[in-house]
Amino acid sequence: MVTSGDAYVILPAALDGLIQALRADYRVLGPTVQASAIVYDELTGLADLPRGWTDEQAGGHYRLRRRDDGALFGYVVGPQSWKQFLHQPVQPLWRARQSEDGVTFEPPPTPARPLAFIGVRACERRAIAIQDRVLLEGSFADAHYAARRAEAFIVAVNCGQAGGTCFCVSMGTGPKVEDGFDLALTELDPAGEHRLLVEVGSERGGRLMAGLPQRPATAADRDAAEAAVARAASQMGRAMPAVDVPAVLARNLEHPRWAEVAERCLTCGNCTMVCPTCFCTTVEEDLDLAPDQAGRTRKWASCFTLDFSYIHGGSVRQSGRSRYRQWLTHKLATWHDQFGSSGCVGCGRCIAWCPVGIDLTEEVQAIAASEQG
Amino acid sequence: MAEPVAVGDPMLPKVAEVVARRRELADTWTIELVTEAQGLLAFRPGQFNMLYAFGVGEAAISVSGDPAGADRLIHTIRDVGKVSAALAGLKPGARLGVRGPFGSAWPVEAAVGQDVVVMAGGLGLAPLRPALYRLLAERQRFGRIALLYGTRSPSDILYAKELARWRAQLDLQLEVTVDHAGTDWHGHVGVVTSLLPRVVFDPARTVALLCGPEVMMRFGALALQDLGVAPGAIHLSLERHMKCALGHCGRCQFGSQFVCKDGPVASFAKVGRLLTIKEL
Repeated sequence: MVTSGDAYVILPAALDGLIQALRADYRVLGPTVQASAIVYDELTGLADLPRGWTDEQAGGHYRLRRRDDGALFGYVVGPQSWKQFLHQPVQPLWRARQSEDGVTFEPPPTPARPLAFIGVRACERRAIAIQDRVLLEGSFADAHYAARRAEAFIVAVNCGQAGGTCFCVSMGTGPKVEDGFDLALTELDPAGEHRLLVEVGSERGGRLMAGLPQRPATAADRDAAEAAVARAASQMGRAMPAVDVPAVLARNLEHPRWAEVAERCLTCGNCTMVCPTCFCTTVEEDLDLAPDQAGRTRKWASCFTLDFSYIHGGSVRQSGRSRYRQWLTHKLATWHDQFGSSGCVGCGRCIAWCPVGIDLTEEVQAIAASEQG
Repeated sequence: MAEPVAVGDPMLPKVAEVVARRRELADTWTIELVTEAQGLLAFRPGQFNMLYAFGVGEAAISVSGDPAGADRLIHTIRDVGKVSAALAGLKPGARLGVRGPFGSAWPVEAAVGQDVVVMAGGLGLAPLRPALYRLLAERQRFGRIALLYGTRSPSDILYAKELARWRAQLDLQLEVTVDHAGTDWHGHVGVVTSLLPRVVFDPARTVALLCGPEVMMRFGALALQDLGVAPGAIHLSLERHMKCALGHCGRCQFGSQFVCKDGPVASFAKVGRLLTIKEL
């Protein structure tokens, strides 16, 4: 009997069995290589995983590179997060029909198959927990997020290396996934005795594990897994300054640095699209040629657009300065008041995917340093 | 295990029917709605609904009827955009979608035994009217009550007939001012705060309710504070763009507040500093 908390070792080939077993009940999603990036998409088998690839990340920079081993999870994070599957970029809300008898509102069909995610990093697992808090645990639950989240099966992966834009250690969000998974993998020795340590986090994870060729983890396996995570922790490319970030930002809403960063910021909104916790949306009217039908569709929105803060008479946040300030102060300061934690998980996507390489840790550092100076 | 707070999909509207419509001002209409849907009619003064005009869109509109035993939803709508124009144009028999009620309320109960200063600017009188109905319905529970109302011009005075009725009420002080007027206006001209010296109230025992343009509320609140009213006793109704009214779309953020669920009514103690920060 395989139970929660147990740890086992499987060979890489056994992951194919895991994927196939999950595919019986779930839509299985995981990392693939597409368009020169790690892209989360439907997995049909082991061969879809990005074997032998890694990524190189810096401010405004992302490149896939070949590794000299067969690591399956040897990259850090790509542009996307699991947000796209749980809090979908385009979500039909309802259709309305008008007739002589009145108007009816019909919700869209619920998803046919539950989701299974393979390769959820610690920062990403925390991001899902943060979106749970926003979309499920307030006064109202979002029906569409709830339907996708409810049965989602999570196969986490502990990071064995960090990227140039990673700073999860300073955010307290990684690189090891502590909880909230069905199974958690740690990839060991991809250049030698290539294997994966599997920790069981749930009963259904245990049932799945029992059907795979495995052996119990030895002390040496556990030590190797701990060493891999420790190595990732030691490689962080960035760190959030060790100051009271919410207080520093709240004290400095009129700081000259906002104008300075606005001169570099293109207000393109890339950071908000790649951020795994950004949840803001717009709702648009959907009309087709049938005059008796209408509908509403929700789409991701960005606080970097003028439309975002529009009220009659004009937008509240006209300047790039105010829009960058809204993004950063919401993510790092007011989020604490609203949801009891930072909205940042230290994944570094907003740094890598910023066309001009704006680094939020550097912006916080600049403001914090000016207070001491 | 915690009870789920809301069942079903809070984004799915319920159906209501327009049964009456009247013109208030050149660009402003009041519509009255009936509905068989559960839970739509009960509201607290200051709350709002999301109204959906078929094929056009949805907007946040404050409830401006009397909350006591209401059998109709009453909304006063100014035609300022595509959606508000469609809503204001709905005629009796038309059906629309309604979600709500949402948001925080005017602290009417907290004003029991206190003087009450109500300060409204323009259409800001509409979200305050339910509170005025409550105050006047139980007039004896409150101290002095003053309503200070400012509009751009005499032709922008909302609910004029009702104001005339209230003016005849001897235990309510009503003062009206306009920003500019022709020679046929013999009333006060000036910003609404210029009416404050005319009003008798005990600042230490006063609750103030303000609704209007943000700049009016800020100067109104500062003037009341200067007269000795505690910031925590001054309440404003904020306006920001909203798509969901559930705290999910992020659009209505004002500092840490989600105007849809932490507001729209908020105390000056809580938001006074934020009001001084441009483009927040």
